[in-house]
Amino acid sequence: MGRVWRYGDDVNTDVIFPGKYTYKIMSDEEMASHALEDLDPSFAKNVKVGDIIVAGKNWGYGSSREQAVKCLKVAGIKAIIAESFARIYYRNCINLGLPAITLKHDDIEKFDANDEVDVDIENGIIVNRTKNFEIHFPPFEGYVMDIIKAGGIIEYIHRQVSSQ
Amino acid sequence: MGMTLTEKILARKASKKEVQPGEIVTVEPTWVMSHDNSAAILLKFKKTGVKKVWNPKKIVIILDHTVPAPTAEYANNHKSIREFVKEQGIENFWDINTGICHQVMAEKGYDLPGAVIVGADSHTTTPGAFGAFAAGIGRSEVAAIWATGKIWLRVPESYEIIVNGRMPKGVFAKDLALHIIGNIRASGAVYKAVEFKGETIKNMTIASRMVLTNMSAEMGAKNGIIEADNKTEAYLKDRARKFYEIMHPDEDAEYEKRYEYDASDLVPKIAFPHTVDNVYDIEKAEGIEINQVFLGTCTNGRVEDLEIAAKILKGKKINPNVRMLVFPASWEIWKEADKRGILHILADAGAVIMNPGCGPCLGAHAGVLADGDKCLSTANRNFKGRMGNPNSEIYLGSPATAAVTALKGYISDPREVL
Repeated sequence: MGRVWRYGDDVNTDVIFPGKYTYKIMSDEEMASHALEDLDPSFAKNVKVGDIIVAGKNWGYGSSREQAVKCLKVAGIKAIIAESFARIYYRNCINLGLPAITLKHDDIEKFDANDEVDVDIENGIIVNRTKNFEIHFPPFEGYVMDIIKAGGIIEYIHRQVSSQ
Repeated sequence: MGMTLTEKILARKASKKEVQPGEIVTVEPTWVMSHDNSAAILLKFKKTGVKKVWNPKKIVIILDHTVPAPTAEYANNHKSIREFVKEQGIENFWDINTGICHQVMAEKGYDLPGAVIVGADSHTTTPGAFGAFAAGIGRSEVAAIWATGKIWLRVPESYEIIVNGRMPKGVFAKDLALHIIGNIRASGAVYKAVEFKGETIKNMTIASRMVLTNMSAEMGAKNGIIEADNKTEAYLKDRARKFYEIMHPDEDAEYEKRYEYDASDLVPKIAFPHTVDNVYDIEKAEGIEINQVFLGTCTNGRVEDLEIAAKILKGKKINPNVRMLVFPASWEIWKEADKRGILHILADAGAVIMNPGCGPCLGAHAGVLADGDKCLSTANRNFKGRMGNPNSEIYLGSPATAAVTALKGYISDPREVL
């Protein structure tokens, strides 16, 4: 179970992870400490393992920088639920093993900050315990699910190579 | 059923007679490009357990983002890339003395009609100006291609953007791009292929077409594309690295949406902070005092861009309250601009001429902004903090607007001086 961090439309990669840090190779902890720095400075201080992000349209637009996904993953975010994702960001989520779930506008609107929520990736179920409702989404298809389960595409290829 | 240009390229690359939007195809890209981020990519590649890259001839690495290295950390990243390039026998490596990746890809003949190009940079949409399918991807995905040679792509739905009419004096491809993005919005074309067509596009130089495909990323597009023609062929004549074939969309191709614009009633445009789709006619911005003018980037650092700025600034001095930074997009451009006396004119006017590269566009070095600074930039992004300081503001405009703004010290309309 985790709490909801609620954000709006068109949140771009520069406010999720500033460009000035993009070409530094950082530890996970350092990366997490800059997560959402220019949008919500309280996030990095208060986020807990298992929390989820619920956002509006076009989450993660802008740069292709993967740290904009990685910094949230290493900060403890378990899933990002949005009305839509920018396309590179969506691919980066899958390839880093962070589930990106798309819901309709009306369903997104049902979530508020700090709601307590369970996300079942395997079966495609989101349960909001604070407001007492359940939403179903189509589980990821085979290959994509395999990548997510492996923890990302690099880990997935590594498993394939190791098993050969 | 007919296919759009994007569908045709993906179908051929996937060895299929036809493809439809929504279908997933797995292809071996013509080229996979990365830049300074190759330092992080090679660490990921090593984690896969694969020892040799799938094909060292198809990997292109161009150092451009922080060149020359501003810190020991960046220097070490560059060093690790150079070592990896040698160890793997990667032939297409361009060091810090070449230019911005999206410009170098064109100049060195990688951007070819019909090619499938992916790169670890969101503005990898740029090669679409040559009739290629080109899209940005993430770092892990580049590492996965280095290891396997394959990438899955969802065939995007296509939008057609038709532009007719003659562009008025003082109005440029950048103004058109900002106008279209302001209209379609930042999320208006998410996942879509945008195909630019019409007389205005046909009459544009290659450099101007690259502005449109470069900025396609700013409306969320997967790729931007323009049908190749005799101008494309002329540009590629002594550059093309491979045989290529020009492809055309079918007459009965299906487009999900069609946007039509008349270029003849366009005016100069400004994207206000902090989003690229926050676009207004220049009138609304006139008079805003500016501390820094940034001329350059993969969007507007080409010869025609420097040339129009020099035309405006020739024999004049920029406002003493303005710092003007000029970054030609490549050393080829630097040399051409030098030969034509353009750099000299800009330096005489008081501009600081910098070495080709991304410069302060992403806020890592070479001209980051101070608290409270306002910058007029010819780049493609004005997100909060983009140029290294969240307490500054970035306004986007054309190179002509940049030059006249440097001259006056506040955002000004280039039509007054041209």
